[in-house]
Amino acid sequence: MELIYAVCVGFMTSCGIFLMLRGHTFTLVIGLTLLSYAVNLFLFASGGLTIGAPAVLNGSDIYADPLPQALVLTAIVIGFAMTAFAVILAMRGRADLGSDHVDGTEPFDRLAPEDKS
Amino acid sequence: MYYFWVPFLPMLGIIVPLLTNKLNRSTCALATAILPGLALCLIILELSDVFAGQVFSQSIEWIPQLGLALSFRLDGLSALFSLLILGIGLLVILYARYYLSEKDNMGRFYSYLIMFMTAMLGIVMSNNMLQLWFYWELTSISSFLLIGFWSHNSDARKGARMALTVTGAGGLALLAGIILLGQVVGSYELDVVLNSGELVQQHPYYLAILSLFLIGAFTKSAQFPFHFWLPHAMAAPTPVSAYLHSATMVKAGIFLLARFYPVLAGTEVWFIVVSLTGLFTLLLGAYSALFKHDLKGLLAYSTISHLGLIVLLLGLNTELAAIAAVFHIMNHAIFKASLFMAAGIIDHESGSRDMRKLNGLWKYMPITATLAMVASASMAGVPLLNGFLSKEMFFTETLGQSILGSMSWLIPVLSTIAAAFAVAYSLRFIHDVFFNGEPRGLTKTPHEPPRYMRVPVEILVAICLLVGIFPNYTIGPLLESASLAVLNHPLPEYSLSLWHGFNIPLLMSGLAIVGGLAIYLNRKPLFKFEGLFPEIDAKVEFEGFIQTCVKWAQKINAKLETGSLQRYAFLLCFFALLLIAPPLFDLDTTRGSLPGLPINGAVIVAAILLIAGSLATVIWSHYRLIALLMLSLVGLVVSITFAYFSAPDLALTQLSVEIVTVILLLLALYFFPQETPTSKSRPSHFVRDMAVAALIGCIIGSICFALMTHPLDSISEFFLANAKTGGGGTNVVNVILVDFRGFDTFGEITVLGIAALGIHKLIARMRLSMRTKDHDGRFWAKDKYPVLLSVVSQSLLPLFLLISAYIFMRGHNLPGGGFIAGLITSIALIQQYLAHGVDWMTKRVSVSYHFMIAIGLTTAGLTGLGSWIFGRPFLTTWFEYVSLPWIGKFELTSALVFDLGVYFTVIGATLLILASLGKFTTTERLTVGER
Repeated sequence: MELIYAVCVGFMTSCGIFLMLRGHTFTLVIGLTLLSYAVNLFLFASGGLTIGAPAVLNGSDIYADPLPQALVLTAIVIGFAMTAFAVILAMRGRADLGSDHVDGTEPFDRLAPEDKS
Repeated sequence: MYYFWVPFLPMLGIIVPLLTNKLNRSTCALATAILPGLALCLIILELSDVFAGQVFSQSIEWIPQLGLALSFRLDGLSALFSLLILGIGLLVILYARYYLSEKDNMGRFYSYLIMFMTAMLGIVMSNNMLQLWFYWELTSISSFLLIGFWSHNSDARKGARMALTVTGAGGLALLAGIILLGQVVGSYELDVVLNSGELVQQHPYYLAILSLFLIGAFTKSAQFPFHFWLPHAMAAPTPVSAYLHSATMVKAGIFLLARFYPVLAGTEVWFIVVSLTGLFTLLLGAYSALFKHDLKGLLAYSTISHLGLIVLLLGLNTELAAIAAVFHIMNHAIFKASLFMAAGIIDHESGSRDMRKLNGLWKYMPITATLAMVASASMAGVPLLNGFLSKEMFFTETLGQSILGSMSWLIPVLSTIAAAFAVAYSLRFIHDVFFNGEPRGLTKTPHEPPRYMRVPVEILVAICLLVGIFPNYTIGPLLESASLAVLNHPLPEYSLSLWHGFNIPLLMSGLAIVGGLAIYLNRKPLFKFEGLFPEIDAKVEFEGFIQTCVKWAQKINAKLETGSLQRYAFLLCFFALLLIAPPLFDLDTTRGSLPGLPINGAVIVAAILLIAGSLATVIWSHYRLIALLMLSLVGLVVSITFAYFSAPDLALTQLSVEIVTVILLLLALYFFPQETPTSKSRPSHFVRDMAVAALIGCIIGSICFALMTHPLDSISEFFLANAKTGGGGTNVVNVILVDFRGFDTFGEITVLGIAALGIHKLIARMRLSMRTKDHDGRFWAKDKYPVLLSVVSQSLLPLFLLISAYIFMRGHNLPGGGFIAGLITSIALIQQYLAHGVDWMTKRVSVSYHFMIAIGLTTAGLTGLGSWIFGRPFLTTWFEYVSLPWIGKFELTSALVFDLGVYFTVIGATLLILASLGKFTTTERLTVGER
């Protein structure tokens, strides 16, 4: 079970980072969101995986670790604020610069021959 | 304990000249002198105790964890330097009163001068190394201001810049040295550091510390190869040269060597490096001085040479050499300051400093001439003057040296040669200026200066004579206490008397005088020989060097800073990879000892969905709508994952945030192109990014796996044990949020509020056109607000609000709470926006969302402050169980009020973001024609 979980977290991290390294803002925001899912899952798992024992006191002996849960809960909300900020910033950038490339303009393309003319 | 005030009095004095600038010049000078004069009196009051060998130190803690304190000490060495700084400083104030012309801004000049005085006093009296460094840099800066005082003069500006660059760079090296030394000793206080000599010298860092300190000292004291800045600093007004570049600032480097003598000196490296640098500088300075036609140029090189002499003395491995060094510090300061002042008088009253024009001034200014001749005789080391005494001590110490092994005999020989050159340039100063025919081509007729301009020179020359004839009575005790501070243990026997009988040092003095005469008499062929060499202008060389450095820096910068965010992001990920990977190599196995949970079918399906969703997001990332849908699939599975692994709070939060995020991104996508243009990045970049992403994913996955399977000590037991008793709730996650880590939560909702306000501002002035068709050319649907949706959502609203109230109320004991309830309420309202449009909602919702954020944050903040009333720390929870008829027993808790603040902030922030953006689609949007 832990192995599957870890593979999922690693895979999502890779996808998130790869998308973040792309050149257009919207893709970057999607990558950021994907990465924050992965990070939240990662943080959550640092307390170990527990099934069927939420950290609600009811006299039982085993509870899931409440601390990572509390940290991740606020991380999710803050992550939303960050995603929102990034996407609005991207919109503003597109409005002011006329391009949705992260550098403000599309880079000069040295490979495409049709651009050389 | 008055001495603690000594560095502060001149500091207050910095503003005095600025305030009195408008009054007449003498009043301004007098007012400026008062506070330094008072400081001098304070030092004199303490002198008897200092002579008795007492060391005062006192400090006021500032940041003890960093070793920072305001800390001053007064021992023999600081007392000696303080007397020089304040005494010569006062004379310079008097002198400058007459030297500066009506055009010069006197208040500004005095202000810089006193600032410099403060800095020097700070260096010599600091008991904390970091504080010492602070003052050290302050001398560089105030000296920059003073050298560049005549800022209309290009030479002054260049000289000032060069001095600042060289001494400032040395200062940075010194800072590094001080930090290393502080790390090694474990304290920055000099009391401790000075007694840790052995510890430091055996430490592997010793060489590094020594080199850094030496760079600092040699740049400041103009030692080879950093000597070139000092002659160019002569563009300063002469009072500045007399004060900074003879008596005080250039001695700061030597002070540093003397101050840290007990810690750093005594090793072979010290002796060899310090003595050779000193010896070479001594020779170079003495030789170059002879060929300078500018009076101040001659004095500048002579200063370099004398500084070299003192450094050489500090580098000789006898204790008497250190005493001789201290003695020469005093003597040189006194005769060189008077010589600079005399040169200034000559310049001022005859209009030139060029020795080829100045001749035969004896007839015009006999008194000044006499004074200058006595002072230069002292510089040459003629008997009955103070310069002779320390030079004799110096010669004595050069004999019997063994630091250079069998080549040690070179030291006395070269020293005698340097002394002969000193005699020669002193002769030139006397003969060329005051005799040697008539003045040539002077613009004004030379005459004696105003009466009081000469007074400082007279006082200094008188001291030269007094010290030269009665050394024991005049400076005996001061020299003894200062040497004691340098050596840090009882002094060996030494004699200050004028006559030691016929011995080798006397012979060396005699040889030097005869040799000097011979050199001077043969000066013509020597000048001719010197003329064969091309003249090197240090300014040009230095500027060239700086330009080269700037070019290199620009090149490197252009390589690193390309302006491409993609590249920066890649570099960031790459270096993160380099930093997180190595520690993993130390972990033996990824799988730890904890037993894993069994696998079941549901988990496999979820995992496949997660991976497929992520992969699809990447593959279809060009089709933005599809990528978004895939992303929301991933988010959904993540919330199910949370629910499955016993985190109901997280699942609820993730689910509601997921909804809000997707709505937000869909709304944003409305304004973006629907497809990403085909990738123009190079295939190599594609592969590169993929490799980095894959590697980071592997590492994160491995850490995650290792973390889950290795046993872990957690502090969570504490929360589980105290949630009910301390926080009054059974939902531990919520209790942590609103109570144990309430301060964190408070910070986080503040960030949320700030982000929302920032977004609101970003949207406010946005000019963005909106498409009328989708990517495939179809028009958007005409019926904007479907009837079915509006009817259903309107009737659902009360139900939503009821649920959110329920979730909110039960949050302390069961999954729920302010965050989740706030999100649910937000979704309910957003649904109304979707179903009815922004205009419809604006008419009905009168409360502004800014206000709601403010209310939420205030409520949360005040709840926290409330606990102060009861004498508890910020955000301590209060709770009580209350019984009411019919309703039964229930709990009242202050955490609920805090959670209410969270609730309002979340609603306010979420709706401010979405409503601002939504509004943009209706009334405020631009109507730009579409293709």
